[in-house]
Amino acid sequence: MSVMLLFLAAIAAIIIWWMAQQRLTSRPWLEVGHLGQPGGGERSPIPAVKIGLYVFLAVVGALFSLFISAYLMRVGTPDWWSTPIPRLLWLNTAMLIVSSAAMQWAKTEAERGRDDPMRTALLAALATAILFLTGQVFAWRELTQAGYVLADNPANSFFYVITGMHGLHILGGLVALGRTTVKAWSAPASRSLRLSVDLCAVYWHFMLAVWLILFALFAGWANDFADLCRQLLT
Amino acid sequence: MVDIRSDASEAIPPSEVEDVELYHPKSWWTKYVFSQDAKIIAIQYSMTATAIGMVALVLSWLMRLQLGFPGTFDFIDADHYYQFITMHGMIMVIYLLTALFLGGFGNYLIPLMVGARDMVFPYANMLSYWLYLLAVLVLAAGFFAPGGPTGAGWTLYPPQAILSGTPGGKDWGILLMLFSLILFIIGFTMGGLNYVVTVLQGRARGMTLMRMPLTIWGIFTATVMALLAFPALFVAAVMMLFDRLLGTSFFMPAIVEMGEQLQQGGGSPILFQHLFWFFGHPEVYIVALPAFGIVSDLISTHARKNIFGYRMMVWAIVIIGALSFIVWAHHMYVSGMNPKFGFFFATTTLIIAVPTAIKVYNWVLTLWRGDIHLSLPMLFALAFIVTFVNGGLTGLFLGNVVVDVPLSDTMFVVAHFHMVMGVAPILVIFGAIYHWYPKVTGRMLNEAMGQIHFWVTFLGAYLIFFPMHYLGLLGIPRRYHELGETAFIPESAHTLNAFISVMALTVGAAQILFLFNLVWSLKKGREAGGNPWRATTLEWQTPQTPPAHGNWGKELPIVYRWAYDYSVPGAAEDFIPQNQPGLGGPTREAAS
Repeated sequence: MSVMLLFLAAIAAIIIWWMAQQRLTSRPWLEVGHLGQPGGGERSPIPAVKIGLYVFLAVVGALFSLFISAYLMRVGTPDWWSTPIPRLLWLNTAMLIVSSAAMQWAKTEAERGRDDPMRTALLAALATAILFLTGQVFAWRELTQAGYVLADNPANSFFYVITGMHGLHILGGLVALGRTTVKAWSAPASRSLRLSVDLCAVYWHFMLAVWLILFALFAGWANDFADLCRQLLT
Repeated sequence: MVDIRSDASEAIPPSEVEDVELYHPKSWWTKYVFSQDAKIIAIQYSMTATAIGMVALVLSWLMRLQLGFPGTFDFIDADHYYQFITMHGMIMVIYLLTALFLGGFGNYLIPLMVGARDMVFPYANMLSYWLYLLAVLVLAAGFFAPGGPTGAGWTLYPPQAILSGTPGGKDWGILLMLFSLILFIIGFTMGGLNYVVTVLQGRARGMTLMRMPLTIWGIFTATVMALLAFPALFVAAVMMLFDRLLGTSFFMPAIVEMGEQLQQGGGSPILFQHLFWFFGHPEVYIVALPAFGIVSDLISTHARKNIFGYRMMVWAIVIIGALSFIVWAHHMYVSGMNPKFGFFFATTTLIIAVPTAIKVYNWVLTLWRGDIHLSLPMLFALAFIVTFVNGGLTGLFLGNVVVDVPLSDTMFVVAHFHMVMGVAPILVIFGAIYHWYPKVTGRMLNEAMGQIHFWVTFLGAYLIFFPMHYLGLLGIPRRYHELGETAFIPESAHTLNAFISVMALTVGAAQILFLFNLVWSLKKGREAGGNPWRATTLEWQTPQTPPAHGNWGKELPIVYRWAYDYSVPGAAEDFIPQNQPGLGGPTREAAS
């Protein structure tokens, strides 16, 4: 559970940082009267949907931290044979990185108010993300055909479950991104569209970061870290 | 997971809440059934939770009938008994308490108490309820599935949960349970995002965090905890589904089932326990923190006195929430662990007693020299304090490894957790319903029926659970469907068991009176008016009672003071509403 505790520590740090600005030491019983100006414990200027997205990402982060925690508690048991990493995964990773970069590009263009390049960038992000998902399915097929099926070995089970969960999150993001793209192509950019693009970009960067961590985990580069965690716990 | 943003990204919240566009229902269906109004959703949540809670109550009756009068009822065999235990526990903890506190009270009170027109994402809020209803239906479908519901115990420990020896293990029971939990968690996440973001971004002008009523602090903190804790249950449920359906070995060790070596092997049941309790312990406080918050407001309002140590109360809520994430393994002492871990978890467990004790002292000090009105909400609040202290004290025993190990599998534990997280939060729920029912319906609940309900429930709960501690100390095991001929169990213990069962039936019957009161008072209750308890918080200052769609009239309230201005010297009344600038009365200044 050490990974989850690390994640919680990060969340706790964010909460403490936020609470430190909320005047939690004020004496409300002495402060009668209207506190109009923002700052002193009032709402943040960030749009509510964006805060909602950040909170949602915290939930998603908790979910993957728990999967990784479970992985690290199970890894290295006598019945564990590591699953080989299909070379296709490198290509998929590249696709996801391109997708994330395209989202960043779309976001920059949206902020500058240039509609056409933004639309192109959105399409590029959408296409590469779909390629990523297709690639993941092909990687699964490659593995199953090589005899690494789900239930044979815990390493395989974890690989399929965790990549599947990540794929589902990308799929959910694709729905939002698809709607945003359709909106971008059907009407001139508005404030709400720019916000949508911004939110999609945040989500895309987050899912890329999750994927890179998972990839490192499956490729075995995280083994040293895993050993460290296990030593901490024994 | 469901993507929340897609439906919410249309509306950019303006800098002032005044401009938020509400969804206006166009037909009866969108007004009362597929409603996006948090107040309707709250009532839907509460009614669904109560309905499934009644099922769990009946299950507890059946269990008590078996324990009190073993062998009398032929239809309760060992399998059925385990199914009753499992469903009773799971329904009460998740589908009743969590759903009622966060989905019910959270939805109703958050927008009203912080001065918002509605939740920030009304559409996701509606989906949250419908997913919850679906989860409840899937859970209840277990009763009608072949093989019946799962009998794995509410903790669903593998490997037994998915083996054929356990009722529902190889049938539909465990599958329906796991699917239902997954649906509940997805639905809750949608609702939870709403509660958190509404508290953060929906507050009226002047409503700083430190002016929020403690009810909101409790629900807010509990929601943040639930959002971080429920994923652990989600992960455990998904992995167990794979073990059960697709033959993976996440949790399944090498095992011989019915004389046959299973394919699976090498899995870790302890891993499941870690995941389960990483959710399961915060869950205790997910239920307790809203109760703490609500009870603070009930006591302050009905003792006509400001809450003692408001800042301390807020900090204690936050600290309890944080600590509750690092105590989970105290549920696993009997699973065996490194003694250093046992020491660590025992220490963190006992440290939680400090902020909790601060809260109890502050409640008592709020009462001290207050103008205590023994109204029904106050009676329930007082009963809560006593019960919570009782249950908390036995928690101090059980938090220690050496005491927990011998007591863990006895009735002592059953008595402990029913006192602290069963009876205590339920008492707060009752108090809160007596308190806010006038706002929801415009009428008071009947006082006489309420008094009977209170005294039977309060005294009855003690007559059930106090003797149970004694049974536990005798060594009477929990989870056993009958005790049989056992040398260390005296005859008197059987008599006591029968007595407990009679009391359980009585207390259960009192709840039916309560439900009747809820329906009866809807039409026949005394007219309440807008603010029958003369309370300060914003929900009592709405222009209409019950509050109309959009909660406030043309203008949102502006908050000038904290939520506890009771009996202020020099004020015209003994309470000053949060949205009132001056002291009121003849000296009242123009509210400009």
